[in-house]
Amino acid sequence: MRRTTILLGVSLLALSSVPAFAADVSAAVAANFTKPAEELGAAFTAKTGDTVTFSFGATGALYTQISQGAPFEVFFSADNKRPAQAVKEGFGVEGTVFTYAVGKVVLYSPSLDLTDGAAVLKANAFQHLSVADPKTAPYGAAAMETLDKLGLTEALSPKIVTGENISQALQFIDSANAELGFVALSQVIDKPAPQVWRVPAEDYTPILQDAVLLKPGEADPAAAAFLEFLKSDEARAIIEKYGYEVGSGQ
Amino acid sequence: MLSASEIVQPVGLTLTLALIVTLILLVVGTPIAWWLCRTRSPLQPAVAAVVSLPLVLPPTVLGFYLLLAFGPNGPGGLLAPLWGARTLAFSFEGLIIASVLYSLPFMVQPLRTAFEALGDEPLEAAATLGAGRWKTFFRVVVPLSRAGYLTGAILTFAHTVGEFGVVLMIGGNIPGKTKLVSMAIYDFVERLEWDKAHILAGGMVVFAFVVITAVMMLDRRVGRVAG
Repeated sequence: MRRTTILLGVSLLALSSVPAFAADVSAAVAANFTKPAEELGAAFTAKTGDTVTFSFGATGALYTQISQGAPFEVFFSADNKRPAQAVKEGFGVEGTVFTYAVGKVVLYSPSLDLTDGAAVLKANAFQHLSVADPKTAPYGAAAMETLDKLGLTEALSPKIVTGENISQALQFIDSANAELGFVALSQVIDKPAPQVWRVPAEDYTPILQDAVLLKPGEADPAAAAFLEFLKSDEARAIIEKYGYEVGSGQ
Repeated sequence: MLSASEIVQPVGLTLTLALIVTLILLVVGTPIAWWLCRTRSPLQPAVAAVVSLPLVLPPTVLGFYLLLAFGPNGPGGLLAPLWGARTLAFSFEGLIIASVLYSLPFMVQPLRTAFEALGDEPLEAAATLGAGRWKTFFRVVVPLSRAGYLTGAILTFAHTVGEFGVVLMIGGNIPGKTKLVSMAIYDFVERLEWDKAHILAGGMVVFAFVVITAVMMLDRRVGRVAG
C-alpha cells in the first residue's frame, strides 16, 4: 500500500516535470506593462500553444530578485538601464536586449479637468500629487523631470506622495486619496479626455522600455520565441493600442 | 553617501509612532480585554474574533480597506476635514489610527490572559473590604496584572515598529511623516543601496532579539512567582 503510494507519487512527479508539448515562459514584467503583457501572453498562447506566466513588480525590485537568482526567463523592464546592466553583470544573454515599447507620461485625475494640465499644476489647488518613486521607477523620474521643466518642483514637493511603483501611484488616485498624479498613459488609456493630460514629449526624456533574455531562459526556445513575437506586427499593434510607441525593434 | 537623516529620521518617526500607539492601546485595550474576560454576552465570541482579525489577515487586506476608508469617499473623508485635510492617508495621524487597529490583538490578548488568571477571589476580597469598582480596578487588578501589561506593551511596541504592509499601502512614503524604518529598508533594497539597508535591517534584527528575550524572561519570572 505504502509502496504503491510512493510509486504513484514518483510517477506523477516524473510526468509533471516533463513538458508534454507546451512550454511555459516565466516573465518578470514592469508594473506599467501589466495590461498589454497579459494580452500579448494570450496572443502568444493562441499562436504557439506555449504559455507565459507573468510576475509584475517595480523594475528595481524585479532586478534585485533577478540579481539574487530568481528563475525568470525574460525581463521586461520599465527602463533601458536594467536590461543593459543585467547583461553586464552576467544575468542577461548578450545581444538580446531590445526596446519593446516607449512609454508616455500623463497627468491623470478622475475629479479635475486636465484639459490644460500644466495650468492645473501651476494653480496648485490640490492637496496630494501622486507619483511613482522617482529613484526606482522611470515614470516617477519622468514626472519629476516634468515638474522641473514647469518650474514647479519646489512649490509642489510638499504635496507629493510616492507610490512604490506606477500601479500604486494610480491606486492612490483611484481611491481618491490623492486628487491627481503622474501615471503611464497605458494605465488610463480608456479614460475620457479631460481626465488625462498628455505631458508634452519634450518635457521629459523618452522612457525606453527594454527587454532582455535572462540566463535561465537561454535553453528554452519558447522564451526566445516570446521575445521574437514581441517584434511582430501583431504584437506591436497590441502594444500601441495600450498607449505606447513601439521601438525600432533594435 | 550615507546621510544621517536617511537613517535617523525614519528611526525617530518609527519609535514615536510605536510609543504613541502603545500608550493609546494601554487605554483602549484595557476595557476591551476586561469586557471580553468578564462578560456573559452572546456577542463575546464575535467581538473576540474581530479583535483578533489582524493576527490572521494579511496587512495588505487591512491596508486596502484602510486606503478606501481613509479617502474622501470613506469615513476618513468626514474626519480629515476637521484639520483641513481631505484624507487620512499620507499622514502621521493616519498611521496612528491604522497601527492602533492592527496592533490591537497584541495588547488585548496578554491583558485578557492576565485578567482571566486573576479569578474572582481578589475582586471579592476587595469588595468585602469596601473598595469601589474603580478603586478595585486600579489598586487590585492593575498591580496583579502588571506582567500582562508589560507583555502587552512590549508586543504592541514591537509589532508597530515591525509593521510594513499597511504602511506601504496607506503611507505614501513621505520622509518625516510616513516613511518608517520598514519602508526605508524596502526603499534601500530596491535602490540597491544595500549598505544603508544593512544598517537598518541589522538594527531591526537586534531589536527583535532583545524584545523576544525580554518577553521570555518576563514569562519565566512571572511563572516563578506564580509557582
